[in-house]
Amino acid sequence: MSPWIVGFTIFFGYPLVMTAYYSFTHYDLLSSPHWIGLANYKYLFNGDKRVWPAVSNTLWIIAIAVPLNVLFAFGIGLMLSRARRGVGFFRTVFYLPALVPPVAATLGFVYLLNPGTGPVNTILGHLGLPQPLWFDSPTWAKPSLVLLGLWGVGNMMIIFLAAIIDVPRHLYESAELDGAGSLQRMRWVTLPTISPVILFAIVIGVIEGMQYFTQAYVASTIAAGSAASATEGANSLGYPLDSTLFYPVLLYQQGFRYFNMGYASAMAVLLLAVAFAVTFLIVRNSRRWVHYQGPALR
Amino acid sequence: MTSATAPAQAGEFVRRKPPAPIRRRRFLVTVADHSLLIATAIIFLAPFAFMVATAFMTNAQALSPELWPRPFRFENFADIFRAAPLWRYALNSFIYGGLATLFLLVSSIPVAYALAKLRWRGREATFLVVLIAMMLPPQVTVIPVYVMWAKLHLVGSLWPLILPNLFGDAFSIFLLRQFFLTIPDEYLDAARVDGCGEFRILTTVVARLAKPAIAAVALFSFLFCFNDFFGPLLYTGESPQNWTLSVGLAQFRTLHQVQWNLAMAATLVAIAPVLILFFLAQRAFVEGVTLTGVKG
Repeated sequence: MSPWIVGFTIFFGYPLVMTAYYSFTHYDLLSSPHWIGLANYKYLFNGDKRVWPAVSNTLWIIAIAVPLNVLFAFGIGLMLSRARRGVGFFRTVFYLPALVPPVAATLGFVYLLNPGTGPVNTILGHLGLPQPLWFDSPTWAKPSLVLLGLWGVGNMMIIFLAAIIDVPRHLYESAELDGAGSLQRMRWVTLPTISPVILFAIVIGVIEGMQYFTQAYVASTIAAGSAASATEGANSLGYPLDSTLFYPVLLYQQGFRYFNMGYASAMAVLLLAVAFAVTFLIVRNSRRWVHYQGPALR
Repeated sequence: MTSATAPAQAGEFVRRKPPAPIRRRRFLVTVADHSLLIATAIIFLAPFAFMVATAFMTNAQALSPELWPRPFRFENFADIFRAAPLWRYALNSFIYGGLATLFLLVSSIPVAYALAKLRWRGREATFLVVLIAMMLPPQVTVIPVYVMWAKLHLVGSLWPLILPNLFGDAFSIFLLRQFFLTIPDEYLDAARVDGCGEFRILTTVVARLAKPAIAAVALFSFLFCFNDFFGPLLYTGESPQNWTLSVGLAQFRTLHQVQWNLAMAATLVAIAPVLILFFLAQRAFVEGVTLTGVKG
């Protein structure tokens, strides 16, 4: 077994060290890296005008999309757990969008929401409602991505459904004997019992939020439209007006379109530090509100 | 009682019929529950419906506010295969998904077994490394890894996406380990008493008992590869002959200046394999997803 473990550790450990090293160098892949000290970090924290939009967009998507996704997944899971007929059918309906490849889903949503001829704005027009520019508007581009995310919430929904069904019935019964109404049973029985799953959903959501790339890349390049090749497509990243420029998107553009490998490494080191800190904080604070049943898993 | 599950309530009806007002109230709650469910389901299905409808429209229609194709234009699907080498992209997707999944199983199962069932120095530390690797964004390590593949002159091919799976995948190792933990040690000990080596135990006893978990991991892995965009874009972005469906689709509309009706037809083609896979292996899917949550 050990060869695998050694290989795995090396494959994972070596790049981590090298990322840290490259972050102190200027490196364009053609010539060998040369040491420039903290210059990359200075530019990252004080100089690159696109870092702040990238960071704030990423924070925005985490702060808005993660809670919405969790609520939505929980809500649908709850509805399904109450249904008496057709549970299998509804479960499939809600799960299917989660299977759709992100590129296909994004392309579909850019079409559905396209301002001129998209079905959504057509329907909104018939109803006499305002018709936003969606992916073409700096204000609406991120909310459009949130809608796309909500559509694909199926995985989380299945997990919530399983957890809700698993809540022991005797807990509900004793709560009812104590005179708890349905809202109180939700607050004092359902939520505490499934709190580990809520934590899991939040952690996964935050981790995915920090890697948010595909949907933003595809939506911005396709909505921007005119770009003609993969290379030029990279120039429309963040369209419109950097409103969909997320941190991983900027990292990709710097590292693999402009080949500023050193600078992109500095961005990666910052991401690593933040990812560590955030995961650590969530897990530590969770001990206050997460309720584990029976023996802990690890 | 409204939050109770169906069988339990049925049991109550057998015992004693509740008075009419309570029954009426229950009935109304059930109707309300189901209407909400149906309304949400329609919203979830609507994007599919619009995509399918548009895929059969003429270009003029796709650019009009009409929502239903008249006439149905089936040639759209012939056109997209002419506009882009979709078969080639699909083949690449299957090569990537198939080989990566195979390699991943071969490498991750033994590691997960060692982490779950064997005692050795450094086991806890290794498990910690797996957990950390699972949580870290791939962007953190992607630059040196890319540089390495560039030095090996493999950028432009699918190998940088496939070969790393020979070294295991953190998420799969984690998932399999959690499942292996639930296998009683008695089975393994019995096999050891009968003179089985660890390798044979793994390939016979463990592999058989852990079939659902292994199936789930294989499914997830294949799906991940099939849906992956960042990896193929990074390594094959400049070599169109190695594009996967995801990359090809992302470039489809801009590269070929095609209309929305064709773009939607191509989107359906890219979705189809995943949906077929799902309906073939529905139970493994749902069990697998539940496994990630409950054991996580």
